[in-house]
Amino acid sequence: MLSPDSLAQIDHEIAKYPADQRQSAVMSALRIAQVEKGWLATETMDFVADYLGMPTIAVYEVATFYNMYDTAPVGKYKITLCTNISCMLTGAPEMTEYLKRKLGCGFGETSEDGRFTLKEGECMGACGDSPVCMINNHRMEGFLTPEKVDRIIEELK
Amino acid sequence: MVIKGGEVIFNTVHLPGSWKLSTYVANGGYSALRKILADKISAETIIAEVKKSALRGRGGAGFPTGLKWSFMPRHFQGDKYLVCNSDEGEPGTFKDRDIMLLNPHALIEGMIIAAYTMGTQRGYNYIHGEIWECYERMEAAIEEAKAAGFLGDNILGTDFSFHLFNHHGYGAYICGEETALLESLEGKKGQPRFKPPFPASFGLYGKPTTINNTETFASIPYIIREGGQKFLELGKPNNGGTKIFSVSGHVNKPGNYEVPMGMPFAELLELAGGMRNGSTFKACIPGGSSTPVVPAELMMQCTMDYDSIAKAGSALGAGSVIIMDDTVCMVKALERLSYFYFEESCGQCTPCREGTGWLYRVVHRIEHGQGRPEDLDLLNDVAFNIGGRTICALGDAAAMPVQAMLKHYRHEFEHHIEHGKCMV
Ligand SMILES: Cc1cc2nc3c(=O)[nH]c(=O)nc-3n(C[C@H](O)[C@H](O)[C@H](O)COP(=O)(O)O)c2cc1C
Ligand code: SF4
Ligand code: FES
Repeated sequence: MLSPDSLAQIDHEIAKYPADQRQSAVMSALRIAQVEKGWLATETMDFVADYLGMPTIAVYEVATFYNMYDTAPVGKYKITLCTNISCMLTGAPEMTEYLKRKLGCGFGETSEDGRFTLKEGECMGACGDSPVCMINNHRMEGFLTPEKVDRIIEELK
Repeated sequence: MVIKGGEVIFNTVHLPGSWKLSTYVANGGYSALRKILADKISAETIIAEVKKSALRGRGGAGFPTGLKWSFMPRHFQGDKYLVCNSDEGEPGTFKDRDIMLLNPHALIEGMIIAAYTMGTQRGYNYIHGEIWECYERMEAAIEEAKAAGFLGDNILGTDFSFHLFNHHGYGAYICGEETALLESLEGKKGQPRFKPPFPASFGLYGKPTTINNTETFASIPYIIREGGQKFLELGKPNNGGTKIFSVSGHVNKPGNYEVPMGMPFAELLELAGGMRNGSTFKACIPGGSSTPVVPAELMMQCTMDYDSIAKAGSALGAGSVIIMDDTVCMVKALERLSYFYFEESCGQCTPCREGTGWLYRVVHRIEHGQGRPEDLDLLNDVAFNIGGRTICALGDAAAMPVQAMLKHYRHEFEHHIEHGKCMV
């Protein structure tokens, strides 16, 4: 269900916790699964539950509680834009409008070509670089301007 | 973004590869740990030194660190845990990120010393989900420290062992609250626990646990190396040391500034390049979004320490200084903050779950020209009924900014209600 590489990464995480606390690795296991599969389908979460010896419901609870998991399909690139206070003061509203127009979709939606999903995010702990966005959860870009957004999107295409 | 080096934590940020073990060691790193182990310094002595330093928790509450450490049942037989709170998600706060990126070994050494002091063999560093780069940097730093014999079994050939691991969050502000963080570490939803019992008696996996913020731990090596007295003297009585202030918003040079505690606010503002394009300073949120707003005139009279900011009716919090100029509509600012708390409430307690929704909806309708004259009383009333009636402090964090905004900027809200639009 998951690749040997993903399983090796999950095993590495499990080893960080006491032997009787495999459940502590659920957050990283879901992250690793999401990176491999693009999003968390029910079968994927069930597999993680089985692998860690957890009830499936406990895994669904975790996957739906934390904002960065996607329990529905997303585009190839998920752009999460911070619109919280520091970013709001330094241009997030303009970036919101720009991204919506450029991608032709609103927050929580995917562009027509299926490549980009736009999401609204909360503070990413990088307010000194505001306005800030995150691409596929693991890459952060700050000091956004329309030109910079153009460059990033061009590069992702 | 600007990073201003200070004496305690950002002392090496100007050096290339400041995050590497070799750079850290070349600048006195791990000498505090070596000294403790070589001289077999007692836990009591270390705690006394930390108490003398007047180091107060940098995660927001400002609780004296030495005192917290003394609560830990050091001689408890069985598992005990040490946890670092790097889940920095308070809007306006971005200091722990730069500590982990630029000086990760200060955090690691601080945690090792804490573990030694409290007789703990296992620790976790819980890292905010959105800063993946920090997680990778910390993973590498831990490997370096292990390879050099600073972490693992029999540290530097002694019988002291400590194992440290990183845990990566995945997007939930509430996990910054310490008991929610522990639940999350246990692989559950991050919902705060009812206290007491406090983590010192019932923490991670139900075992005694000490939890501190990243900046708190990263201050420890300096305190042991140079002495608590010297740290104290960097700042002022009851407010020891330097503090990293994250300055964002309408300034020319947003960034992290490590400066002596007690620096006049006006000086900090100047360091941050002054107001963006010479605009007029209107208001400041001095300690992150959960702390009450302070009008410019009042803020200009403050010094940057716990006591002075408290006197101005707010809190130093995590030292997250959000600067707003006179183009900012306070109704709009409050609308965004209220949305945040509504979105991030974990939903366990009714006053918080329902109250944050009410606050957001009422401010939203005022902002969108549908406010009613009775709305301001309603907001105060809802805020009052959240404060102090919830399991964790997120409820208060949502309520307090509302009350402060209405106190200082009531006329803007009234104007919005009367004219259906903004004053500014
Ligand atoms: C809603 C909420 C969010 C919090 N977020 C953080 C945080 O991001 N980082 C942090 O260190 N402490 C945070 N705290 C404070 C912690 O609960 C705790 O007091 C702190 O980690 C203790 O460490 P310290 O004594 O070193 O400050 C938060 C508290 C609340 C109520
Ligand atoms: S105050 Fe809010 S966030 Fe805290 S436990 Fe209650 S519902 Fe959850
Ligand atoms: S407010 Fe956008 S990163 Fe903090």
